[in-house]
This record gives sequence, C-alpha cells and structure tokens, in this order.
Amino acid sequence: MAKRIEVKGLDIYYDKFLAVQGVSMTIRPKAVTALIGPSGCGKSTFLRTLNRMHELVPKARVEGKVLMDDQDLYGANVDPVSVRRHIGMVFQRPNPFPTMSIYDNVAAGVKLNSKRMKRADLDDLVERSLKSANLWEEVKDRLGKPGSGLSGGQQQRLCIARAIAVQPDVLLMDEPCSALDPISTQAIEDLMLDLKSQYTIVIVTHNMQQAARVSDVTGFFNLKAVGEPGGLVEIDDTETIFSTPSNRATEDYISGRFG
Amino acid sequence: MPPTTEKTGTRGAPLRLGDRVFAGASTGAGVLILVILAGVAAFLVSEAWPAVTAPSEEIPGEDNIVLYIWPLLFGTLLSAFLALVIATPLAVAIALFISHYAPRSVATILGYVIDLLAAVPSIIYGLWGAQVLAPQTVDPTQWLEDNLGFIPLFDGPASATGRTMLTVTLVLAVMILPICTAVVREAFLQTPRLHEEASLALGATRWEMIRMSVLPFGRSAIVGGAMLGLGRALGETMAVAMVLSVSGDVTFDLISQANPSTIAANVALSFPESSGTEINVLIASGLVLFIVTLLVNMAARAVINRRRDFSGAN
Amino acid sequence: MTSAHTASAPAEAEPQLQTPLTHRSLPRRAAPAVLLVALLAGLGLRLAGLALAWSAILAAVGYTVAIYSWSRAVEGTRKAFDRMVTAIVTSAFLLALLPLVSVLWTVVDRGSGRFDSEFFSYSMRGIVGEGGGAHHAIIGTLIVTGIAALISVPVGMLTAIYLVEYGRGRLARYITFFVDVMTGVPSIVAGLFAYALFELFYEAGVRMGIMGSVALSVLMIPIVVRSTEEMLKLVPNELREASYALAVPKWRTILRVVLPTAVAGIATGITLAIARVIGETAPLLVTAGVTASDNFNPFDGRMATLSVFSYNEYRSPGVPPEPSFDRAWAAALTLILIVMLLNLVARLISRLFAPKTRA
Repeated sequence: MAKRIEVKGLDIYYDKFLAVQGVSMTIRPKAVTALIGPSGCGKSTFLRTLNRMHELVPKARVEGKVLMDDQDLYGANVDPVSVRRHIGMVFQRPNPFPTMSIYDNVAAGVKLNSKRMKRADLDDLVERSLKSANLWEEVKDRLGKPGSGLSGGQQQRLCIARAIAVQPDVLLMDEPCSALDPISTQAIEDLMLDLKSQYTIVIVTHNMQQAARVSDVTGFFNLKAVGEPGGLVEIDDTETIFSTPSNRATEDYISGRFG
Repeated sequence: MPPTTEKTGTRGAPLRLGDRVFAGASTGAGVLILVILAGVAAFLVSEAWPAVTAPSEEIPGEDNIVLYIWPLLFGTLLSAFLALVIATPLAVAIALFISHYAPRSVATILGYVIDLLAAVPSIIYGLWGAQVLAPQTVDPTQWLEDNLGFIPLFDGPASATGRTMLTVTLVLAVMILPICTAVVREAFLQTPRLHEEASLALGATRWEMIRMSVLPFGRSAIVGGAMLGLGRALGETMAVAMVLSVSGDVTFDLISQANPSTIAANVALSFPESSGTEINVLIASGLVLFIVTLLVNMAARAVINRRRDFSGAN
Repeated sequence: MTSAHTASAPAEAEPQLQTPLTHRSLPRRAAPAVLLVALLAGLGLRLAGLALAWSAILAAVGYTVAIYSWSRAVEGTRKAFDRMVTAIVTSAFLLALLPLVSVLWTVVDRGSGRFDSEFFSYSMRGIVGEGGGAHHAIIGTLIVTGIAALISVPVGMLTAIYLVEYGRGRLARYITFFVDVMTGVPSIVAGLFAYALFELFYEAGVRMGIMGSVALSVLMIPIVVRSTEEMLKLVPNELREASYALAVPKWRTILRVVLPTAVAGIATGITLAIARVIGETAPLLVTAGVTASDNFNPFDGRMATLSVFSYNEYRSPGVPPEPSFDRAWAAALTLILIVMLLNLVARLISRLFAPKTRA
C-alpha cells in the first residue's frame, strides 16, 4: 500500500503571501520521513499541502507538483476528498469525535466509504485497527464509551487507529507528540516504527531527538531570512543529517545554536 | 445576608462611604429586578383571582374560566408549534449556509441581514401578513383542500380571505427565524476546527464533515434555539391579532375561516373594549400565557447552558 | 502494489484503487449550467402566469433534483448527496430572504404614498377620510420610549455592575436566572402587568403614557443587563488590578476605569435595546391606548404611539378604507426607518469608539 511521493518545485501561498518557496523532495515508501526546523518555517504548512488540507484556509493555494506514484495530487480532475481518503493525517492535538464512542471513532472513516458493511466485518476492522495502533488491550472492554474519556496518549493512538482504518497509502503526522507526556510519546514512537512496514509516514516535529529516534530520512526547513518565505534547506538520511550535514544552517540548528 | 460584605469586606476592613453607596445601589438594582418579576407574578395573580371565583354568567360566553381559556391556549400552542416545525429546519439550513457554505466576506453581511429581520417590529409583520401574504395563500389553500383534503389539517372549506391558521404560522415562522438562526449559527461557528479537520482528513465530503462534527456539536444549540423561538411564537400578539380570522373553534383545520384565537391576540383584541370581570378574565389568560412561556424559556436555557458546560469540559 | 501487504492490513472492498485520485466527475461548469436552466424554467413559469414565489420555489426544487440525479449517475451517491445538501441549504437561505425582501419592499412601496410633510405635522384630530398625520403618535413614541430608557438604563447598568463586580453567591445566581426569565416575558404580559400595577392606584380602565413606559421597561431592562454584562466581562482584570494597586477605591475603579473602557459596547447595547422596544405594539395597546389628538403629558390620559397608531388605522379604517391603510403603512415605514437608524447608530458607536480597549 505504501506509496512514494515526489514534490517538484512547490510554492505555497496564503492569498498573495508566499509562505513556502521551491520545495522539491522525494518521500520514500515504507520509511519515516521527519521534517524539522524552527517555528514558522513552513513545515506544517508544507505537510498540509500533501493531502490538500492546506486549501481549507480561504484563498490558500499552491503552485508546483505533488506526485503520488506518478499521479499529480493537484491534477485537473483530482478530487481533494479522495486525496484525503488515501493520505491520512494525525494532528498536533488528539481530536477524537467527542460525541462518538471509541468504536464509532475508529469506524467513522470506513462508514463514509462503504455504507453497507457487515457488522462482523466492521468489528473485525475496528479490532485490527486498534491492535495496529497498540490500543486494543487498553480499550477492548469499553468500546462503547466516548473517546473523549481516554487519556491524551490513548486519544492520540485512537486517532491513529481511526486514520489507518481506512487503509491510507500515506500517513501524515503533524507534531503528534507535542501535547503528550513522555510515556505516551514513547508509545507513539514505538507505534511509528511498527507502522512503517506498511505505510509511508511523514512526521513534522519540533523535537530533534525524536526525529533522530524514529526517522530514516530527515528534511530541514528554514526561513531564508526574516520576512522571506520558508523552504527546504536539505534532506538526507537521518544519520547523515545529524552527523555530517552539508549545510551550515542545518549544523547550527541541530547543534542548538538557534531555533 | 447582604452580599456586599461577602467580597469587599473580607478582612473586616471598614468600607468607604463611596464603596458602600455604590455597592448598595448596584445591589439594590439587582434586587429591584427580582421585585419587578415578583410583582409581575403577584399583580397578575391578584387581578386574575376574581375571574376564577366569578360566577359563570360574568365570564364572556357565560362559561367557566377554564372553558374560556382552553380554546385560546389550544390556538396558542397550535400556531406556535407549527411555526416551530417550519422555522427550525430553515434556521439550521440558514445557519449552516452562513457558517459553512457562504464565502467568509459574504457571511458577515448575511449575518447582518438576518439580524435585520429580527429588528423589524411585529406590527409590520402583521400588516404584511394581513395585506400581502394572506391574499397570496388563497389559491394554494384551495388547492390543498381539493387535493389533500383527506388530511385533517387541510379539511377546509378553504378561506376566501387567506386569514387562516396556516398564514399565521407562516408569519410566525418568519418572525422567529432570526432568533433561532442566531443561536444555532453561534454554535456552528464555534465548532472546533480540530474536529472539522479530523473528518476532512478521513476523506469526508463537506456534508459528511458537517454531519460528523458540526451537527453533533450544535445539537443542543438547535434544541435551545428552537425553544427560544417557541417562547417568542407563544407570546407573539400583533401578527396573530391582525391576520387571523377568529371563531373560537377548537380545530386542527389550518385553512378554514373558523380558527381558535391565541391568548395574546385575544387580549389585544378584547382588552380595549373590556371592563369589570372581563378584564380579570383576560388577565387570568395572560397569567396562563406567562406560565407556559416561563416553562418553555426555562427549558430552553437549561438546554443551552448544558451545551456550554459540555463544550467547556472539552 | 496492493497484494503484498493487504494480508495484514484491514480488508475492504477497493474498487477505486487502480485510479485512486480521479473520479468521473461533472464538467467544471455543471452546477452553474444546471442553475441557469432551472432559472430559465422558473422564468418561463413566471411568464406563464405563476406567482413569483412559486416559480422561484419550483426552480429551486428543479435545480436540486436535476443536480442530484446527474451527479448520482456520474459521480456516485456520496458526491451527489453533498451537492444536494449544498443546493438545499442555499435555497433554504434564499427562501428565508424572500419574506424579508417582500416585507421591506412592501413597506417602502405602500408607505411612501403618505410619507409627506402633512403626515409629520398633523395629528388625527377631527380627521375623517383622507389627510391627517401621525405627529401626535411620533412624539408619543419618543416620550414613551424615552421614559422607558430613563428607567431601564440605570437599573439595567447597575444590575450588570452588581453581577460582574460585586455579585457572588446565591443572590447573584438568582438575579442571573431571573434576568433570563425576564427576557422571555411575552410583551403583552408586560402590558398587563403595567395595567394591573396602575389600576391599584387609579380607577379601572386607566390609560397613561407612563404606563406604557413601565411596560416597555420590563422588556428593556433584561436586554440592557445582558449586553452591559457582556461588555463589562470583556474588560481585562489587569486593568482593575492596576487601579487597585494605585490605591484607588473599588467604586472609583469601576467609574473611572471599568466603565470608560466598556462604554462603546454598552452604548451599542443600549441603542439596540431601544430599537428593540420602540416598535412594540401589544403592551402599549393595553396601557397607553389610542387617541387622535396631541397629548404630551405622560401622566395624564391616553397617549398615541406610532405602532398603535398603525394598528388602529389598520383595525378600524374609515369608509373607504384606503386612506387609513395608507396612514398605517406610512407609520410602519416611519417606524422601520427609526429602527434601522438606531441599528446604524449602534454600529457606528461600536466602530468609532471601540479601539479604546487596548487589552
């Protein structure tokens, strides 16, 4: 299922304001790609263009190409709804639907796509998704309870279960651990390592240690200067970025001289 | 227990004169409101009492007070309820249009336009209902009688003037629409972006996103807004008084000449020519209206406040 | 691409997977085109003699059905349902605009006939048939509403100050609750209350302008309390603390710091409250009553008001009725202009004075 994403010369705008300029990169399938960089450098904005969530902001738009296995996500006949169906997203703060039970939260995406699913199949799917998200053991006795009753870390894993229940090709994570305690963070990081055997994962993080721990490839985003648009400085194997980066700014950032 | 000492005098410090006067005045104003409301209840009860004890020949129509008020209460409830049935779905749709469909720049203007509807005095809706809307309904009601006459609501015979319960409910629906819309729109606009994005990221269409995150979040606001509207419709006077042709029948037939009046309209129509016990009877009916709207409004507040607690907890 | 890993991934019917991102979809201009056809059909119905409202409703229904069936055939049920809801929501909105436009247009159209200088300078004293005016009613409305404001504004503002600055515990909760209750008092009940109150001191059947003011106050006070309360709550606590730290007593802090900061919002709220009660009819009908002559003493006898004047001209027209109806509509137009003007003033106040809060 995991697919390769290729970004070619992507410029991201909010109305007339150019937020991110000239990003080109290849995102490998079945690997974790981490995007790091100082606040406001456009890494979250970039992430949201990968499943066309960016255009939910009024007048926001992009120029350039994003190819998923040679299909342009911004092509003429492409429906943003199906793009999001194939590229799942996990958000900074866990956001289970407050009025739905744990079970219904996991099943929510599937119910949209195939209305007539047998109860047994659905049960099966919910169980497998929750197991993949390492949450099954903790919630199997209270699937009918509201999702908002879980702890923050559990809620975030519930959101991951919800995202993978629709079998996306790619999973985007926008600082998924920034609202969580260290133990929950550990659980999510373990989960990412499990999931990368099946999915292409892109994660935005503020935490360089986290990037070093979980990712195979790391991209560094930075502002060219104050008031200038952000952009991708370099992208390489995580090991290389953290040991011998080719760019001076990257070295300064990962050694903690700014950011 | 004067509450002024509760906060300002915590450490037993002497209060300054200015503070004492100011705190006293504002507390007094607050208490005055309680007194006014108690007064409304007390005066209505004391003026209504003679009607309850009066011999039946002094009651208009020479019935007892219950038989006098019952058709009016029926008309009040029927017209308000039907107006609510028409207005609520429309209010939800308008609120959705403003909060999630219209472009943001247009949405603000549309909000003003809806508020404008709320500002139009009821006398104007009355004139409009009687002289513009009512004649327009004559042909459609005739059609309803001919084709849907088997439904008790459209039993007929269709009125030739259009001054029917149907017209009244339409006017009432237009009048309560702004208040319902305002409450619902407010809730829809406050739907957390996180929940909207959660459903969109799963590949939901706009409608599916609304069904998954916006409507559940706004559910109690819809109920609360509807009940506030119901409270308005129950108490609306002029539009009904000016539009409806009244006979005092208790009937579900919406399109005929013979309709039950409503409490409020009956007071407005009869009060100027009443004297003696008749006035007491009218005030008694006003008291009934007061109690009914009180119950509806309290229920509405309770529902809306529960939503507030709920969203605050999240 | 799919086969290798589906074994462990959740099973699901996957008909779209080969071309996952593109669907068969309607042409780009499909919706506007269908809309145009529907509008033309509606226009045709209109020309064929159907009423405007019905033609519009039929056009909307036609558009909804057409776009749904077409989209369902091409794009599938989900997309079709989404398009249908969009069509329904939009038409419901337009449908709701219909009565507003009709009301405003009618008021201007029918009201402008007698919207002349005579209307503003003559009362109805001795008038039968044509002529006459609403001079007495306009002045009466201003007097009655003005006194109502004089009663409501201090009481309402002080109560709001109590609730925000002093109120703790049970009394404050009671007041908050009963202000909510008061918001829902039907206007006719407020009128009956004022009547019952004054009947205690005067003879039965008493009518005075001041009674109308009292009735309007019952309706106006809760609105003033609510809006003032909202505004006072917006004043940041840091401002109050800064003032206390300078050893300013609490009452001076409220008068000199809190109120001036919130003044624009409070003034806006009060203006809107006046606009809300100035058009009331029912409570004035049973308290201030009807008269044909000038009476500018609120404590002596019946006093005409614009809304009641309009109602009375409509209710008991002369023969022929047209001159009375014209006066009723002219009064309605005057009333709506006053209300709109007040709304405009309210917006201006909040826009002009708002930047004072730099929190």
